Amino acid sequence: MKDLSQYPSLGAALRDALAEWANETCLIEADRERENCRLTYQQFRDAALPLARALQDTGFVEGSRGAIIMTNQSKWLISAYAILHSGGVIVPLDYKLTASEHLQLLTHSQARVLIIEYHLWRAITQSPEFQVWKMPTVLVTEAPAKADLAGARRWEECRGAGEPAYVARARRDWAAIVYSSGTGGRPKGCVLTHENYLEQCVALTSLYPFWPGVRYLSILPTNHAIDFMVGFIGPFVCGATVVHLRSLRPEFIREAFTKYKITYMALVPMVLKNLEIGLRARFAALPTIKRRVLHFMIALNRLLTRSQPNVQLSRRLLKQVHSAFGGELRGLFVGGAFTEASTLQFFYDLGIPVANGYGLTEAGTAITLNDLRPFRADTVGKPLPGVELRIANPDAEGVGEVTVRSKMIMSHYLDDPELTDETIVNGWLMTGDLGRVDSSGHLQLSGRKKNMIVTEGGKNIYPEDIENSFEGLPLKEFCIFAANYLWPQRVMSGEQLVLAIHLEPGKTINDELLQQIAERNRRLPDFKRVHGYIFWESDFPRTASLKIKRNILAEQIREQIERAAIQAL
Amino acid sequence: MMPTIDNTIEEILTLAAAHFNVPREGLSPDDDFFKKLGINSLQALDLLTKLESHFRIELPDYELQGVSDFRTLAERIQSRL
Repeated sequence: MKDLSQYPSLGAALRDALAEWANETCLIEADRERENCRLTYQQFRDAALPLARALQDTGFVEGSRGAIIMTNQSKWLISAYAILHSGGVIVPLDYKLTASEHLQLLTHSQARVLIIEYHLWRAITQSPEFQVWKMPTVLVTEAPAKADLAGARRWEECRGAGEPAYVARARRDWAAIVYSSGTGGRPKGCVLTHENYLEQCVALTSLYPFWPGVRYLSILPTNHAIDFMVGFIGPFVCGATVVHLRSLRPEFIREAFTKYKITYMALVPMVLKNLEIGLRARFAALPTIKRRVLHFMIALNRLLTRSQPNVQLSRRLLKQVHSAFGGELRGLFVGGAFTEASTLQFFYDLGIPVANGYGLTEAGTAITLNDLRPFRADTVGKPLPGVELRIANPDAEGVGEVTVRSKMIMSHYLDDPELTDETIVNGWLMTGDLGRVDSSGHLQLSGRKKNMIVTEGGKNIYPEDIENSFEGLPLKEFCIFAANYLWPQRVMSGEQLVLAIHLEPGKTINDELLQQIAERNRRLPDFKRVHGYIFWESDFPRTASLKIKRNILAEQIREQIERAAIQAL
Repeated sequence: MMPTIDNTIEEILTLAAAHFNVPREGLSPDDDFFKKLGINSLQALDLLTKLESHFRIELPDYELQGVSDFRTLAERIQSRL
């Protein structure tokens, strides 16, 4: 691995990596059973530099912002490197947002260039807001031959002639603007510096090293903070191989494991759970004797690896299980949301350790990670090297708000000094999550202080971001809350959103109104939907500028209504 | 001959009912399949694989983005028949 302390920027570290590992395979892109492309580090460089030159020819200079909206694929990484080589700032956007949300964040980030897949670009051009959008340079990938690109250019044809300038950046310069939320009116664009990423990479690879020959299976889109770090920066600075799979379907994931002899993979709890269910079903279908032998070997493996993992031993004891995963798997990374301890233990007992962690975009990805010495399924691990973690205002059980300080903490929220000051206090990041540190230094999370939920798919959902979907209904006023914010519970799973409804005087709820609410709810992506509703009979407390005082309203609701009053939608 | 959208919807409902082991008559074209079948997005992708095999088409995962009812799913499939 490269000594990242010597580098001033991601661009500089990656540039050297591309030269140092020139003949190693750096990228494989698979789509179902097909292989779309396979590039060495030299070939990756050869693909990225003409794009960098083309960007620079459009006036893209140091500090210019380049947004990327793509699913999980190799062009994401090639485009990102072209931006970094040119001294630019990456704006990775979640491709699952709506066209309207994309336009809002593109405007907020002041992206000078947008690089986007054709089907997503088509959705943007068909949205009403597109007509009034001040369009930057847009490069569209994989557009059909005769497609109308609405003024955009084809990514594949953006090849500038001549060597592009390499634009140096310093550690404190911006590397990326990552939106942790904010499509509902107050975008939270986390400005992350080169130092944030370099320090994070050093910390993560000190626990889980990559090297040439390691194959990382990428199924999460690279806009996801975990994939950006362990599916791009980490493997690249170590000369490893990233295998992109452009499908989340279990049958193709299974095939990729064996076909590409995968070493590591990162996933979100929902995918991990799905893998567990599939494996349990296969185990249950075994003939009785085979099943008993398997369970005995699993118990034996658990006993022999209780203090630390022993991959070689586990592969011998549970050969068939490991063969189904390609025989080279060393571990899985899971994050982005809460993972059940039983699921983590299930995989650990099979000899497939799951490094679960905890992090925030604002903290530069991970804050804690399980170091497996020993494995602790009931915690989210210990703080990464270089991370100071304190529990603010702990109660009698030691539970309080998790606060952290490190060189990985974001610089600030883009264009929002007020929110920055609320979030980073005297250099400490206030996470809004509640937890305690046990006697061995492991962090145990126990709930949230903030009004938001995290889905099993790893999506942070802030109620404010979805309220506009319910605007215009015949209600006097309404507000959306995380149920666990209204009625705190010491759990991190099964989180739900609740719609608080205040009807016009004299009105009652009827089937038509309920249908309208349900219809609005249905239009939202499944992970953003409201679970149920409650009635509130007083005027909402508001500020002088008529904004709802959410914390006060929440207190009032908490005092007067019980959680059982939620009516399912 | 190209099936009508109604035929496609009918076939999807029949396949979904069989795949998730629920009564066919309990499913309607405008049902939210996540809610009605109690499935998550990965299980929906599993259904998509079955539908691809039945209709002999290929649907990228992203075609399911923003789709939650059988009718819209049928429209996406119909456009590729």
